[in-house]
Amino acid sequence: MPASDYDSACLPDILPLYYRRLFPFSQYYRWLNYGGVQKNYFQNREFSFTLKDDIYVRYQSFTTQNELEKEMQKMNPYKIDIGAIYSHRPNQHNTVKSGTFQALEKELVFDIDMTDYDDVRSCCSAAEICPKCWTLMTIAIRVLDRALRDDFGFQHLLWVYSGRRGVHCWVCDEAARKLSVAARSAVAEYLSLVKGGDETMKKVVLSDPIHPFIRESLVVVERYFPLYALQDQDILGRKESVDKHLHVRKQLQQDFQNEKKPENRWNLLKDQAKRKQATSKKGQHFEKEIMLQYCYPRLDVNVSKGVNHLLKSPFSVHPKTGRISVPIDLKELETFDPFAVPTISMICEELDRPRTVEEEDKSEETIDKENEKDAAESRKIRDYKRTSLAKYVKCFDQFLDVMARSWKGELLRKSDLQKDF
Amino acid sequence: MQFSSRTKKFTTNSQTELYSHPLLFYVQPPLENISLVEFETFAVERLKLLKTIENLGVSYVKLSDQYIKKLEAESKALNFLYRPEADDRKPLSGPTEQEKRRKDHISHFILRLAYCQTEDLRRWFIQQEVDLFRYRFNDLYPKQKLEFLHRNNLQYDTISVEEKKALQDKLVSSSYAFSGITVEDQDFYKVPFQDALDLVRLRKVYLKAGYVYIPHQEIVTIVLNDFRTRLSKALALTARSLPAVHSDERLQPLLNHLSHAYVGQDYSNQKNVGKISLEQIDSLSGKSFPLCMRQIHQSLRENHHLRHGGRMQYGLFLKGIGLSLEQALQFWRSEFIKGKVDADKFDKAYAYSIRHMFGKEGKRTDYTPYSCMKVILSNAPSQGDYHGCPFRHSDPELLKQKLQVYKVSPSGIIQILELIKGMHYQLACQKYFELTHNVEEASFSLNHPNQYFIESQKVLAGGRDIKRETDAPQKPQENSTKAPSAAPEAAANTQDVAEMTEELDSFFQDA
Repeated sequence: MPASDYDSACLPDILPLYYRRLFPFSQYYRWLNYGGVQKNYFQNREFSFTLKDDIYVRYQSFTTQNELEKEMQKMNPYKIDIGAIYSHRPNQHNTVKSGTFQALEKELVFDIDMTDYDDVRSCCSAAEICPKCWTLMTIAIRVLDRALRDDFGFQHLLWVYSGRRGVHCWVCDEAARKLSVAARSAVAEYLSLVKGGDETMKKVVLSDPIHPFIRESLVVVERYFPLYALQDQDILGRKESVDKHLHVRKQLQQDFQNEKKPENRWNLLKDQAKRKQATSKKGQHFEKEIMLQYCYPRLDVNVSKGVNHLLKSPFSVHPKTGRISVPIDLKELETFDPFAVPTISMICEELDRPRTVEEEDKSEETIDKENEKDAAESRKIRDYKRTSLAKYVKCFDQFLDVMARSWKGELLRKSDLQKDF
Repeated sequence: MQFSSRTKKFTTNSQTELYSHPLLFYVQPPLENISLVEFETFAVERLKLLKTIENLGVSYVKLSDQYIKKLEAESKALNFLYRPEADDRKPLSGPTEQEKRRKDHISHFILRLAYCQTEDLRRWFIQQEVDLFRYRFNDLYPKQKLEFLHRNNLQYDTISVEEKKALQDKLVSSSYAFSGITVEDQDFYKVPFQDALDLVRLRKVYLKAGYVYIPHQEIVTIVLNDFRTRLSKALALTARSLPAVHSDERLQPLLNHLSHAYVGQDYSNQKNVGKISLEQIDSLSGKSFPLCMRQIHQSLRENHHLRHGGRMQYGLFLKGIGLSLEQALQFWRSEFIKGKVDADKFDKAYAYSIRHMFGKEGKRTDYTPYSCMKVILSNAPSQGDYHGCPFRHSDPELLKQKLQVYKVSPSGIIQILELIKGMHYQLACQKYFELTHNVEEASFSLNHPNQYFIESQKVLAGGRDIKRETDAPQKPQENSTKAPSAAPEAAANTQDVAEMTEELDSFFQDA
């Protein structure tokens, strides 16, 4: 379905439909409640909504899943952000003595935004993305996912498409949620290799010894570099990038006249670098630095640092594109296509499709099984399953199932402790 | 801590035990009586030491040779520890080692009282105390380091020889400090990464499954973290018992003055509001803005937009030079409208944050313009940003070109680049000031962009004004009016305090 079918002007009409029949509230609550291991975890969580006409409201909080549903269906937010778990219910923060209302915990989050790569992608700029530069997100996810799991020991990572030009990562481990500001900033710095603004030409500087983390990251980058940088971005073919970033000597420029194929040009460049390295210590890691400057993930440390930072919620709608912020299944990362992510108009339309014969039969069966349940309730549960949203909710479910095992363990432990005097 | 009049008492046994190690974690507060004179002297001298540490920390790499030499000299001059003796029973000329340690102990706790009250004060105090501790721990003999660890219950597990062998390559390549021999010789500890953030942040250590692998020799960073956390918690506790301390009339004026002394001029005064008109800003940016603000202004004019970091740094600076809220709103609005932002969007999205800067929104804090230290050390610019300190954050080549465009002489540029190589960013900016204002030597020591502006305006207004404009910290005048009604002893004390506060003032003006 072409994205041009979506028009932001239709949001006021279809948002109510989305929140009434499609938003996966029970999974959402299951996530944010974290198994009920900690008291008032859900109740003390801050949400913020952007409503029609850019009205922004903070410090929203809810006591139950039901209340969350009702409120969202009433307000029909254009955007939903998730904030921290506070010491008191956020919607009562004005009644709390000043200084005592504090953000206590939150998932560790990362925000990778395509605009941060504008100086190294030639195909698009600003809010645009295309399949050629999307590879940058794939690389970012692979590098960071590996590092967060192998180096930091985190296990419950939720990667989400932001809806337009980037991806978010929610690290949901208990240890991650309890990290201090200093710890979050340290993790983000550990993961940062590309430094400097517009005024800095050489954004990656490596020195001996090469840390194991950098080595592992290079392994990932090297896999994608030939196709992404040499071919798709054509960094050795386009004069601007050759001049700007590659400090290519005259000799090499001449050689480039005779050699047009990017892979061969890259080999020439590597050879030149090797020769230079033999004589002087400078330029030791020239090719590595180039690969990293073009491909290595660029994250905004400020997003990850703050415990109280608000970040777009999964399953929120992106008002400009209409796309739903869906979880990304890492098992299918190579084939993930941001342009195939369902838009709100698409899935609402799918709802109105007449049911097929198979669907009718299936729903007959399940209605018989669920006789006690409210018919409307059960129909709602199955609604999203009829749309393209289904597979993303399934992915979310799988993520939650894995996490739930750890909650079970926690609850058992706690009840054991209580029994012991 | 109990304070009575001028008697000194010594509980020798517990003291010798407490001061038998040169370094303290400052866990137990002093439990003796001291005189007011000692109270004052100790506090002031430690504050001078911490101030020195702050200044050295900006100009030199911490623990570099120069840093250590200068800090040693200052510690010696102030009679604090400077060389931990393995055997401290030898009498030295001047105060004994024992006495120096006692002074260290007591002065630390006094300053806690003065610096626990606000977030800013606490942050400053903790930063300097951590740096001081780092310097001292670094100076200990290995045996003393071990002893310190054991005394303070820092038990981390070592890894087995087999595991060490398996990880050998990774360990060696995770830090330039490790060779194959180092790895074989030393014990490696497995520490949760949350306890070793400094090492993680700089990637100076091998990290696997949430644990860092640290050789014994690197354990200092862990210790520092521990020190910082303990001190932070202790300060929070101290703040709660402050009202009791403040009710003591002898202490309140001194403590107030101590805590004001470090801040100095913060350029948030409202005296000069409205003296600048928007039309002047373009020309002022070329003449009187420091390079960082000139750069930000230029990019704002060119792109009709600025990201958050730039808006904060520049917006607060403009507030400091005298822009009113209305002027600021007009300024930003007119510029952003020329770009991709329409008037409505500006009012909705950006106007709020400008009002926030002026303390009209949210928790209504009136934010102060960033000092050089803050600009240099926090929130480095990334792709698409124009804020920060150009002497710190720009590529030297690009900076050189920019200075050429701004007509700085070639020899001047070389001097500036030299200073940058030595990491003297504020001195480089000062040199830039001197060159662009045709002044031999700046009559001030640059530490704030708004200070640059004020000094520049002074020079341009004609005549180098020697008298410096400083907001003197509040003198405890209210308290001296109480003096007549108090006992003669109390009056004499207030006199002492007033004298000493004058001395403090002049010290900090020279700094």
